Amino acid sequence: MAMSDSPRVTATRQRSARRRLGLLYVGLIVLGLVAPFVAYPVFLMKILCFALFASAFNLLLGFAGLLSFGHAAFLATGAYITGFLLSTYPGLTPELGILIGTLGSAVLGMLFGILAIRRQGIYFAMITLALAQMMFFFFIQAPFTGGEDGLHGVPRGKLFGLFSLQSNLALYYFVFAVFVLGFALIQRTVHSPFGQVLKAIRENEPRAVSLGYDTDTYKLVAFVISAGLAGLAGATKTLVFQLASLGDAHWHMSGEVILMTLLGGVGTLLGPLVGASLVIGLQHQLSQSPLGDWVSVILGTIFVLCVLSFRSGIIGELQKLVKRNFK
Amino acid sequence: MNVIKYSTLTAAALLLAPGLAQAEISGDAVKIGYLADMSGTYRDLAGPGGLEALNMAIEDFGGEVNGAPIEVLSADDRNSADVGANTVRGWIDQDDVDLVAGMVASSVTIAVTNILEQQDKLGIVSGSAASSITNEHCTPNHIHWVYDTYPMANGTAKAIVDEGGDTWFLLTADYAFGHALESDVETVVKENGGEIVGKVRHPFPTSDFSSYILQAQGSGAKIVGLANAGSDTVNALTTASQFGLVQSGQTLAGLLIFLNDVQALGLDVTQGLQLTTGWYWDMDDESREWANRYYERTQRMPTMVQAGIYSSTLHYLNAVAETGSDDAATVREQMAATPVNDMFADDGRIREDGRMVHDMYLVEVKSPSESEGEWDLYEILRTIPAEEAFRPLSESQCSLVKG
Repeated sequence: MAMSDSPRVTATRQRSARRRLGLLYVGLIVLGLVAPFVAYPVFLMKILCFALFASAFNLLLGFAGLLSFGHAAFLATGAYITGFLLSTYPGLTPELGILIGTLGSAVLGMLFGILAIRRQGIYFAMITLALAQMMFFFFIQAPFTGGEDGLHGVPRGKLFGLFSLQSNLALYYFVFAVFVLGFALIQRTVHSPFGQVLKAIRENEPRAVSLGYDTDTYKLVAFVISAGLAGLAGATKTLVFQLASLGDAHWHMSGEVILMTLLGGVGTLLGPLVGASLVIGLQHQLSQSPLGDWVSVILGTIFVLCVLSFRSGIIGELQKLVKRNFK
Repeated sequence: MNVIKYSTLTAAALLLAPGLAQAEISGDAVKIGYLADMSGTYRDLAGPGGLEALNMAIEDFGGEVNGAPIEVLSADDRNSADVGANTVRGWIDQDDVDLVAGMVASSVTIAVTNILEQQDKLGIVSGSAASSITNEHCTPNHIHWVYDTYPMANGTAKAIVDEGGDTWFLLTADYAFGHALESDVETVVKENGGEIVGKVRHPFPTSDFSSYILQAQGSGAKIVGLANAGSDTVNALTTASQFGLVQSGQTLAGLLIFLNDVQALGLDVTQGLQLTTGWYWDMDDESREWANRYYERTQRMPTMVQAGIYSSTLHYLNAVAETGSDDAATVREQMAATPVNDMFADDGRIREDGRMVHDMYLVEVKSPSESEGEWDLYEILRTIPAEEAFRPLSESQCSLVKG
């Protein structure tokens, strides 16, 4: 923004920027509504679940500057709780199952958060990793998770006890609604005063402290929201695949979400969505092609290229491009 | 769908098999989806080699069934239940796949068989170990072909106790799978007059087995049983060899180890190891002939899983040709009604719980001096007859058996 801009010009510019963003969101929602008629709904639902998971992770890394290496634990907790409840109590409706799974993850996030936010940087990452590994070993031993075999045959049930989610299309719209709600919550959080304080903490924590903010509380709340949303993603995923498996709790999953977020653009709202679509899409396409053996290698190469040459990710680079040329 | 072609086919099927009015091949093609770990831990057990075996079966069958072409799709499940389930759902919804073959990691297999049951398609499991696949997780839509943990553990334990190995030390992976193996072996050893002199549980996965192997050596047991799998077994065997466990007079019993593991570890490490296998390439003329053909294509000898994929695919295609249908229930019924007699099994049969039962073999890994080539690895000690090898139906929890 140039120095000479009067406040009125700035305000107009901001308003039109907001309008453009609004149009973009409307466009995306329309795209989401027609997508299942073009692509395979189960594949789209998988993308949406992982996009929500990556967005939750991005809330923490991109806006609070906290790199958690244990987000798989929240995904798995949401998945297992929901899966267990829905298959044990047939009377429970899916939205309640998902809600309890989400709450379970948020509570776990609170416990993890209280311990982890006392440290910064690599120590924070290591603590979250260690705690997540503990959860992994808990899930492998606990009788209700089915251990190595996983939890299978979770019923999709009827939404509010009324609408059957058995068909892929019906379930898609439910998952899409869950994603939009989760995404809206993140959008709201980021643009609220609370989100501004988070950004301040990300940029310079001692300065935020000196301004009188209780940064630990802010970080903890962000951690709990992020954990809860990750749990929501896991719980929804259980409904889609009708199973919860140990793969969700494995540290590879924590790594995968970092990959998605960085590839799409950390600290941008749409980045995780793009990153998740790209990673899931590539995995899906490659695993059925003759290049099947090379999925990990190809993803690794892309990651290295991304870190070396376009560090702010796909959306981050696009934003820079727009800023440079069309401001 | 081409109506004329469709009605011609139906007419042809009616002529061939009078009385089968509903007989037809959906989508005018028999489509087989091959799902396996193509890039991870189980790659050498099934993986691309299994796909090759599947293709061999289709080529040997002639590439078409009653005029309908046979198509193959393949995918890497990366040992993830999500990926496996998602792929199979897509295959059935979009590609009209009739049969899913391969399937290794048991979490993937159980996820896939759930979907197969929902969508009423057929699956033949060749790679998985879990005996629960035809026990509490049995469905009318899948068949378990090659082996499972029951004969691998029970068969090995019983045979070894019979041969005089009556004192055991067990090294167990500390999770549900290991515990199940451990309790199976304990029961069998005690029932046959043996004794468990000690056991130790290790976390899953473990890379340093030194202290456990020392404990096993100190126990004075004649047999050290490895109730674990994959990289744990490989690491335990390597450590045991470094500590000279076999040289000091103890025998190792692998409860879940395969030809490709033995080949990769080498005979120096694995010599003297006793294990159970469902098939070995050097068993008889028929298996040797097939294995040599396979070797020419892949430069590797087939594992029992890869042989099982060939055998089960041929059996499936024969059943499709016989009934003129690719409907899951019809084909399965026909497969179960026909005994399996090929390079893989002699008089194998498919039970109502979906378990294909056939003779298993107790083998001992040769010492480097006995071995005459890279793949000359096993010596067959005894045949475990089919009815003794697998879990008897009287102990089954499968709903298809009870109901």
